[in-house]
Amino acid sequence: MSAEHWLFFFFAGVAVLGALNLILQRHPIHSALSLILVMASLAVLYLLLGAEFIAAIQIIVYAGAIMVLFVFVIMVLNAGEEERTSLSRVAKFVGLPLAAVFLVEVCYVLYRAWPSEQMVVPERFLGRTEAIGKALYGEFLLPFELTAILILIALVGAVVLAQKEP
Amino acid sequence: MNQNYLSSYVPILIYFLLAMGVAGAIMLLSWLIGPRKPTPTKLSPYECGMLPTGDAREPFSVKFYLVAILFILFDVEAMFLIVWAVVLRQLGMYGFIIMSIFLFLLMVGFVYEWKKGVLDWAPRQSRRG
Amino acid sequence: MSEWISRHPELLVAGLKAGVLIFVLLTAVAYMVWFERKLIAHIQSRWGPYRVGPHGLLQPLADGLKFLFKEDIILTNVTSRFVYLFAPFLSLALALLAVAVIPFGPEEFELLGTRTGLYVADINVGLLFVLAVTSLGVYGVVLAGWSSNSKYPLLGGLRSAAQMISYELALTFAVVGVLLLAGTLSLREIVDGQSGTWAGFLPRWHVFPQFVAFVCFFVAGVAETNRTPFDLPEAESELVAGFHTEYSSLKFAMFFMAEYAHIITTSLLVTILFFGGWLSPFPDTAAWNFTRFLPSVLTAVLALLFFRDAFRLTNQYHRVLTFLICMGLAGLAFLLLHPTALVLAQGPFWLLAKTGMFLFVFVWTRATLPRFRYDQLMAFGWKLLVPLAVLNVFVTSFVVAWRAD
Repeated sequence: MSAEHWLFFFFAGVAVLGALNLILQRHPIHSALSLILVMASLAVLYLLLGAEFIAAIQIIVYAGAIMVLFVFVIMVLNAGEEERTSLSRVAKFVGLPLAAVFLVEVCYVLYRAWPSEQMVVPERFLGRTEAIGKALYGEFLLPFELTAILILIALVGAVVLAQKEP
Repeated sequence: MNQNYLSSYVPILIYFLLAMGVAGAIMLLSWLIGPRKPTPTKLSPYECGMLPTGDAREPFSVKFYLVAILFILFDVEAMFLIVWAVVLRQLGMYGFIIMSIFLFLLMVGFVYEWKKGVLDWAPRQSRRG
Repeated sequence: MSEWISRHPELLVAGLKAGVLIFVLLTAVAYMVWFERKLIAHIQSRWGPYRVGPHGLLQPLADGLKFLFKEDIILTNVTSRFVYLFAPFLSLALALLAVAVIPFGPEEFELLGTRTGLYVADINVGLLFVLAVTSLGVYGVVLAGWSSNSKYPLLGGLRSAAQMISYELALTFAVVGVLLLAGTLSLREIVDGQSGTWAGFLPRWHVFPQFVAFVCFFVAGVAETNRTPFDLPEAESELVAGFHTEYSSLKFAMFFMAEYAHIITTSLLVTILFFGGWLSPFPDTAAWNFTRFLPSVLTAVLALLFFRDAFRLTNQYHRVLTFLICMGLAGLAFLLLHPTALVLAQGPFWLLAKTGMFLFVFVWTRATLPRFRYDQLMAFGWKLLVPLAVLNVFVTSFVVAWRAD
């Protein structure tokens, strides 16, 4: 195994453990911190694949902006520790078996695809910023302009929801 | 160039480990060396010498939440602008026009929130002008 | 292990460079505090620190020791002990990290058989890396304020978070103006693109065509570091000390180390983006060749000043120390005359000289300007800086696109 593979397995492990911790922690701020950790390790995985621009965006937008909103909401609402309800017991008895089934399914799919050498090829996707820019503003121009409308709707929606006069 | 690519990032990893080591060492030092004479008053929240009243946990103005949402939306826009800025010279006037449409739509949103008073933090009467 | 290292000398070199940079940065942070106290004192016609060492030069050391021997208080009712301890750790680690991609000069040199440059890491998206790391910096403040479970820190943390994200936007939009001209995200290439002159004497720095972006960037940078006139998070007249009210001992110091490291990073970034980084302001012609000796000459002048002081000071210890500093500087001045050192020192000298200028401005604004009111602060960021930066992007892109066609 090469150094890239070691790095991949390390950060993939961090991402999975962070995601587990996100679910298991009872305090919302701990869950939010775990999610930031997951985002950061995902960024490293992108980096290993050669997509440095995507990796940076992952940190700036997800970890640096969206998670700030999460933390804000936790602070503004003053969310305390989660309480155990009867619903959480249902989640335990139904959710855990379902999770196990899903895990088996994923393992099966991975096992089917395993023999190929193309599973994780570091640096195959060379996401140079210029390449992304040319694709985004050439081939994917319509989705790009639609994004502007999407953002506009989100702007208006946020204002309408939050600015209700008392 | 494959050789170059990853090896340009490995120093950052080493640097970050070192930086975390330094920060951790400082925290450990202050914990180990500092004296410890706790009293109940010392360990209570500071409120200018008064007895702490009530809980610090109180709901806050929804403005903070709005600012965070606006930040996300404009941050996404800024990321589009960064990619576009790097390749604008290859795109030429075509690039300028497509970004003008994008920016125009977003500025409509910006003006809307401005007019709706999202950017005002003080009640209207206490503001000057 | 040793065999593995000898097969990968570049890892050892990277570790060495990282260690040196962290050490230099921490020292610079300590002396930034000294510089600020001294400069503000002189602006206000005071002496500032002058008892601990000559000109108070050992004051940072004394401060550090004092922090070290203070009680490490952890409140009984903190919301989460882990988050409370994690916040200063995160602040400092991230503040140190941002400097990792800053290139200090164009020259390469040989170390342990590996050719390497004056940087820790040279990556293609260096600028985005710095932006990403600073965008994470907001967590240190928010988490500290939130976990203290006390009213002033909570208010300070929230205010500061809203302020930091607002001004980060202006910062990012201002950067786009530079990117339009540079066409690359690599900090090294951005500097290289600014070499040469207009009309034979005016350096092709981005500050001239992008003056609006520069003003936006610098103001937003000051606000990002929570400095006056934007130091609302720690407005002592209303919030005691803001988000770090409940921190004591070195944990308290760590927030300040992070803040000063941020100031240094911002100054370095302004220099690289707008003021030609390591490039000399003088034209690259034979007539101006003598400016290459400036690093050496200025060090020698500094040594002479210390030499004069060694006779004027009254305290015996201070005289000895001053003399030693003078000798060290004189040695450095001679070392800088060595052909290799002369070439190698050019980049860092100009970069650090320009950075020092911005550090001066940072302190100067603190000594001069009063603090904003909170609603004024938010209005200034959202209603002035962001539209101005977007307008700048619009105009610049039009010119760039026009000339590209």
